[in-house]
Amino acid sequence: MTWTGLLALLSHWRRHPVQVATLLIGLALATGLWTGVQAINAEARTSYAEAAAVLGQDTLDRLQRTDGGAIATETFVRLRRAGWLVSPVVEGDFRAGGVRLRILGIDPLTAPPAAATLDLTEEGDLTEFVAGSGLLFVNAETGARLPDGLPPLRASPDIAPGVAITDITTAWRLLGTDDFSYLLVWPDQPAGIPLLGDVAPALDRVASSAQSDLSRLTDSFHLNLTAFGLLSFAVGLFIVHAAIGLAFEQRRPMFRTLRALGLPTRRLVALLAAETAAFALIAGLAGVALGYVVAALLLPDVAATLRGLYGAEVSGTLSLDSTWAAAGLGIAFLGAGAAAAQSLWRLAHLPVLAPAHPRAWVMATSRDLRRQAALAVLLLMAAAMLAFFGRGLLAGFTMLGALLLGAALLLPYVLNLVLKLGAKTGNGPLSEWVWADTRQQVPGLSLALMALLLALAANIGVGTMVASFRVTFTGWLDQRLASELYVTATTEEQAERLRAFLEPRATAILPIRSVEARVAGAPADIYGIVDHATYRDHWPLLHAAPDVWDRMAANDGALINEQLYRRAGLSVGDTVALPNGWQEDVVGVYSDYGNPAGQVMVGLAALTARYPDVARLRHAVRISPSDAPSLAEEIRAEFGLPLSNVVNQEDVKRFSLQVFERTFVVTGALNVLTLGVAAFAMLTSLLTLSTMRLPQLAPVWALGLTRQRLARLEWLRAVMLALFTWVVAVPVGLVLAWVLLAVVNVEAFGWRLPMRVFPTEWLLLAVWAAVAALLAAALPGRRLARIAPAELLKVFTHER
Amino acid sequence: MNVRAVLLALLLAPGAAFAQGFAGLGQDSEGFAVPRPDSRFEFPRDHGAHPEYRIEWWYLTATLTGADGHDYGLQWTLFRSALRPEDGTGWDTPQLWMGHAGVTTAERHFVAERLARGGIGQAGAQAEPFAAWIDDWRMESRAEDGADALSALTVTARGADFSYDLSLSATGPIVPQGEEGYSVKSASGQASYYYSQPFYQVAGTLTLPSGPVAVTGQAWLDREWSSQPLDADQTGWDWFSLHFTDGAKLMGFGLRHRDGVVYTSATWIAPDGTPTPHGDGALRLTPLDTAEVAGREVPIAWRVELPAHGLDIETRALNPQSWMSTLFPYWEGPIRFSGTHEGRGYLEMTGYD
Repeated sequence: MTWTGLLALLSHWRRHPVQVATLLIGLALATGLWTGVQAINAEARTSYAEAAAVLGQDTLDRLQRTDGGAIATETFVRLRRAGWLVSPVVEGDFRAGGVRLRILGIDPLTAPPAAATLDLTEEGDLTEFVAGSGLLFVNAETGARLPDGLPPLRASPDIAPGVAITDITTAWRLLGTDDFSYLLVWPDQPAGIPLLGDVAPALDRVASSAQSDLSRLTDSFHLNLTAFGLLSFAVGLFIVHAAIGLAFEQRRPMFRTLRALGLPTRRLVALLAAETAAFALIAGLAGVALGYVVAALLLPDVAATLRGLYGAEVSGTLSLDSTWAAAGLGIAFLGAGAAAAQSLWRLAHLPVLAPAHPRAWVMATSRDLRRQAALAVLLLMAAAMLAFFGRGLLAGFTMLGALLLGAALLLPYVLNLVLKLGAKTGNGPLSEWVWADTRQQVPGLSLALMALLLALAANIGVGTMVASFRVTFTGWLDQRLASELYVTATTEEQAERLRAFLEPRATAILPIRSVEARVAGAPADIYGIVDHATYRDHWPLLHAAPDVWDRMAANDGALINEQLYRRAGLSVGDTVALPNGWQEDVVGVYSDYGNPAGQVMVGLAALTARYPDVARLRHAVRISPSDAPSLAEEIRAEFGLPLSNVVNQEDVKRFSLQVFERTFVVTGALNVLTLGVAAFAMLTSLLTLSTMRLPQLAPVWALGLTRQRLARLEWLRAVMLALFTWVVAVPVGLVLAWVLLAVVNVEAFGWRLPMRVFPTEWLLLAVWAAVAALLAAALPGRRLARIAPAELLKVFTHER
Repeated sequence: MNVRAVLLALLLAPGAAFAQGFAGLGQDSEGFAVPRPDSRFEFPRDHGAHPEYRIEWWYLTATLTGADGHDYGLQWTLFRSALRPEDGTGWDTPQLWMGHAGVTTAERHFVAERLARGGIGQAGAQAEPFAAWIDDWRMESRAEDGADALSALTVTARGADFSYDLSLSATGPIVPQGEEGYSVKSASGQASYYYSQPFYQVAGTLTLPSGPVAVTGQAWLDREWSSQPLDADQTGWDWFSLHFTDGAKLMGFGLRHRDGVVYTSATWIAPDGTPTPHGDGALRLTPLDTAEVAGREVPIAWRVELPAHGLDIETRALNPQSWMSTLFPYWEGPIRFSGTHEGRGYLEMTGYD
């Protein structure tokens, strides 16, 4: 009996292959998008964890100079001779032929066991590493990018991308230094050693942190991705829910028959649950595969974004991880279960021989609609409350969730109301029938329309944010990158000659000098600038004291970037605390897009007074734009500088815009996919309705309306509903954009952008929505136009 | 694999060893100086480092008795290993240093280890004034002017759970091992320079987790350096330093060959310091009993025979689990012996894998 029952249940799917496809594709799409986002996040997190675990920094404390400066060999030896188990590390950036490499120099003899996993077993490697020409340990991906002329490479899969580990001596040669960035502290120190303050008073002990700066910085970016993944998943679930619900409704007569033949309810439910699980398994596997493809396609762009925006190195190749694959399968089961739960519950509580009357599927009563509307209003109110009182990224996303869900839930009610009003304007029986019939369809279409609303709103919101960003960013680049050339000398001596060389050729030479420091508890750069029209005329100040540039010229006061301004809660007139007790008044705040860290600008003399040894290698050169390329050539030829040391303003801008575009490639791709999923949802709903609506259409046909006319009305109706949904989606999308710009971006990146609106984009979207609706209605409409009259006649003969 | 483990595995390949200490180095000594039979020690110069040789050590063991009446054993060792036969200052030096410290009680065995690069002052050894050190572990001369630098020493070391601070005074002269300090290690002629100071009287303090213990006793310092010490098929050694109650001493070792043959060597040291070297075969070493130590069978009781001096004794370990769990592990601990002679001593065994 069980076997027969199962065969009977499955026979339904054989007769409705489109339904099977809908169910599987919907679930696979939902799982795929979600899994893809998770895979990207997982890959990035692995890279962060690798970076954080390099030299065991996630578990080992460090000793650092209080003032952020370098540590001399002598200090290290003094600590060791006092009994402290510490190991030196020198860290720095090395540019090799345009490739940026993070160099970590270690001492393998004193490194704590947790600090390094280098394989020096190859004959001669150890001698070469410690006392020869040196070896660089990199992962294979990094190794492939590096040019010739470096010390011999050794591949090591455990090393984070963009990082090279080598001996202290080799690192010193490459970085041109002879001291240490910090000392690693062994976890178990001998008993009875002297206090740190007595041996090395200039050093601070910094506790290890399992969470690196990098993962903290990038958290918001990944939360962003996750939110989009969740949105896609939600939209996909609409499809699955619709398909499963339909299959249950259509099989009601079959359930009745099976029950009448003696199949126990419990077994029937179990069979249906097993059937759902089988679908979840198939779709889940397909979804995980799809997710892998999505992630593999998007990952290089995500990696480029993270590198450009945060300096975070993420591997551009995806590794198949069982964790997110299993999570993907799990979420497929969860989604299918959630979609089937209602139907199964209803089945389990059905009287044994309940008449299998073919209700229009999920025919909601007006009471249901009202209840749903009330919930929607509650959600929207919660969203409004969060907008006013909420703080932080999580509040921002919760608010987005409440807003979108609330708007979606409210849609059927509003639609119903509008159609009711519309019906009153109807003149003539046909138009009245169209209005009424459309209203009749709202419950059946509401899920698809809600999905469409979500997709359209997300599109408008994200589109507005990206476009606002692009306009602001482009303008800002023009202000910020006012100088025509940026030249970096390789040595102080060369820099001296360079300045002499440029003196007669350029309009102005502006030195760029900076030090790395900790400001307000986080890494920041302090720049020293000279008084020049380049700054006075162009610098993108957001807030400023009236005499800001005069005070800067007098070396009195500091400018801070927006990130520092927001994070530290500093405003103009406040005092900013700089290293070693140095304090300056904040005289201005400037926008600094694309930079996750804080930045401070002071007068050049103020900087060099406190940091006399600051490198004097970088220069901004003002010259007429037409002469810039030839001067750049001259400098390269004269000083033999590599391409990356003489940079044209145009190149910097192009690179910056490139980084910017890549930042939103992922968002854009997810956006398009979401819209696709929504269109698919609409298609399946219309297909479903078209088979169920024959009883409603047949009488109208019998009254003299041609099938072609009926089909045209179907198309018209679909477009109308889509356009109406679009009308609701525009304000929802604008609120979404506002939240993204004013809440999420500020939290995620530390800057707030002015919102710009682009109504032509919305109109284009309206066209797309109409096209999607037309496409979705095309198949069912065509079917209706060509339906055999006998089919319509049958409606009157069936005993219903 | 941890980089330090690899480092050691390379520097001190298992199976290669000699006398008190070990060094598994490549078979070639190209560029490095090689010991010659006709050369003689010159002090205080030879108390310091010999960077032109591949490997060298300052190796102190002490058999002690605490104020609490218990037996203790103690080890302080500094190894030097050169990647190239040059000295050099700064981080580019090819001279690497390693320190081992151990304290043994009947119940416990404490171990600590240090590694360092030469050339920066973190570790090193100098002849005048004599000092050998790595981190805060020190062996320094406090001898009076005119006396041999090694005649009085202070020795300190510290691990995670123990430390010690000792004063040593020699009551006898420095003793050259082998033929005037030229110590042959195999039938095919591998050799090292080797001298000892076995006549120390010790007083000092051990600080253990249970608290400080005042100790007194005897200590033995070995100095040895070479460039190509071992035969390719020698797998390990068993090395004894024995203090007899009548003031005489015995240094004896057996180098085990892959085929089971043991190459032995011994030096009988009279109470006045006069050495009598004995070549291969004079000393007989017979394992009597083994114990499972760190997952391997190690002989912890021995019969030691040197018929030329009427010696036939049986040794037993104070703590059979005297395992030096350093990156290159070995057994090293204090022993007592009885038979024709009574006394205390130290035993080191390597190559039991």
